[in-house]
Amino acid sequence: MKELLKKLSETYGPSGREAQIARVIREEIKDYVDETYTDNMGNLYAVKKGNGAKIMVAAHMDEIGMIVTHLDDKGFLRFSNVGGLSPHVLLGQRVIFANGSQGTIGMEKLEELNKLTLEKLFIDIGATTKEEASKYVKVGDIATYHREVAVVGNRMIGKAMDNRAGCAVLVKAIQELAITDNEVYAVFTSQEEVGLRGSRVSTYRINPDLGLAVDVTMVGDTPEAPTMSVSLGKGPTVKIKDASVICHPRLKEMLSEIAEKNEIPYQYEVLTAGGTDAGAIHLTKEGIPAGVISIPCRYVHTPGEMVDLEDLEHALKLLKAFLSAPLEMREIFPCHLE
Amino acid sequence: MLLKRLSEASGASGDEGEVRSLLKEELALHAEEVTTDALGNLYFKKGIGRKPRVMVVAHMDEVGLMVVGYEKSGLLRVAKVGSIDDRVLASKVVAIGKDRVPGVIGAKAVHLQKPDERTKAIKIDNLYIDLGVRSQEEAEKLVKIGDYGTFTVTAREAGDNCLIGKAFDNRAGCAVLAELLKEEFALELNAVFTVQEEVGLRGAGVAAYRLHPDLALVIETTAAADVVGSKESAYVTKLGDGPALTLMDSTYIAPQQIVDLVVETAEKLNIPYQFRRLTTAGTDAGIISQTHAGILSAVISIPCRYIHSPASIINLDDWQNTLRLARGILNAVAEGGLRLEGIA
Repeated sequence: MKELLKKLSETYGPSGREAQIARVIREEIKDYVDETYTDNMGNLYAVKKGNGAKIMVAAHMDEIGMIVTHLDDKGFLRFSNVGGLSPHVLLGQRVIFANGSQGTIGMEKLEELNKLTLEKLFIDIGATTKEEASKYVKVGDIATYHREVAVVGNRMIGKAMDNRAGCAVLVKAIQELAITDNEVYAVFTSQEEVGLRGSRVSTYRINPDLGLAVDVTMVGDTPEAPTMSVSLGKGPTVKIKDASVICHPRLKEMLSEIAEKNEIPYQYEVLTAGGTDAGAIHLTKEGIPAGVISIPCRYVHTPGEMVDLEDLEHALKLLKAFLSAPLEMREIFPCHLE
Repeated sequence: MLLKRLSEASGASGDEGEVRSLLKEELALHAEEVTTDALGNLYFKKGIGRKPRVMVVAHMDEVGLMVVGYEKSGLLRVAKVGSIDDRVLASKVVAIGKDRVPGVIGAKAVHLQKPDERTKAIKIDNLYIDLGVRSQEEAEKLVKIGDYGTFTVTAREAGDNCLIGKAFDNRAGCAVLAELLKEEFALELNAVFTVQEEVGLRGAGVAAYRLHPDLALVIETTAAADVVGSKESAYVTKLGDGPALTLMDSTYIAPQQIVDLVVETAEKLNIPYQFRRLTTAGTDAGIISQTHAGILSAVISIPCRYIHSPASIINLDDWQNTLRLARGILNAVAEGGLRLEGIA
């Protein structure tokens, strides 16, 4: 898990430019599934055929980034955010483009630091003229944080743990999945960070009986953190709700029951802001029951996102147990009127 | 010039009838099939059954006003349809309803304003339309609640091959689409004039669902902010620098192969082009690219100064170059220049 997560975390793949990370993931899974394919939004699908329930598991593979909007005469790049970026976090960061060009982020003179906005920042790629800069970077190119993964104790720090941690769990689950009747569609989705866009079209295409997202979630266990009853290292979460979805109650119960039966530690998660692919999945077509397994993550959307390897292993165990459980459709779709 | 007539036609979101009729009359002969749908989108089909099936889209609605109430005095209360800066509204002439009843967006005269009122923009709640009548009864005879108002501006040529007028967003795009429809392409061309873009991309979603094309090309009009008070990095686009390719906005990110296709086409054909340097706002591509299992979409825009106001300026060379670029893209696609399935 450690090596896989390191590889996935360090691979380039901002929203809308997921081809590199999709290729890396496809290499990892292609020998374990019946087919893989991609679509117009850049989603990567991996299918394990079966005659049972049609289950979609989505892990978004895109990460946040910075899109170049302008090259000035002295070779500095102006940029805008792709997904949720804080200007304060960006200061001094090393960034990298799809072609390997690197840069650092500087800021204009500023009287008060709390007035820092993205418009005051620029990327310096070491070029001294517009012509020189344009040899390496064009308007519209997207950079991501450039950061090597560090292993600290049983935890890992790096960029894009949101959501390469989820991708790593899904990759492992595909590789290790026990024989099951269920038809499993693992989808490594695109453009989650800009509005759950990849999962919307992939759910439409698959039309599954139920959908599960595997993503990271915030925690409330750091000094003076906003109140939240999720801690790092206490197991994956079963999501109750966030701003995009109220998870299907039966699915929530099933995940909890499976966790308890298999003695997997888990936490309930109520995330007050933010959303995940389940938000798009559950509103597709005539509505699809959806749930979420989350991996607790500290410092989300910074280049120092921290996850706990135990949490990942337990998430993997829970996901595998869920995917190979015999699922009665009547159980998944309880008729509320019965 | 069709573009002038389109600009002068009245067609706020949800009330596109006049523009629809004009386009239908002008273009029916150039298509094999003309249809509309429940929302009012207008479809022209040409080369039925050919592959690939391409949808070229321009929204025909414009921003405007809607009458929402009467005052006893006969003045009308109004609401905005689409996004208009309150500051451009005061003292403009508008035409209301099917009969194009004239009125003025009224505000307190400068003599009567208190000093602090003079420094503030008047909000829409304090603006009203004055029909020149003296009672609610008289006003009720002329206009009904729910009638739409649009600016009345005669389009005119100006300066260095420019055009001044209203509603270039997106009648300029409609005019490009009209020209494309008169030409021949080795593909199935679906020219779609969409409704209700300005209030949330509503027409384009159902149109894309209905057509399920292999590719959508959206022709739009976008802000040119190359004026006093903007830094070059905040220009969005520059008037006269050619059509602008959208890389990312609030609703859509251009796939790399789309960027490559448009840039290569422009460079091959020697068409000036620029990138839209703003990552907010949205176009019909936002909803189209998310329809069915994802539809490959591209957006090119005509730069427009003072967009969403009664007095906008576009450059006719930009318009012509947008047409050339759209034509080039369609030809490149017909020749197989785009992989239509799968990105990774």
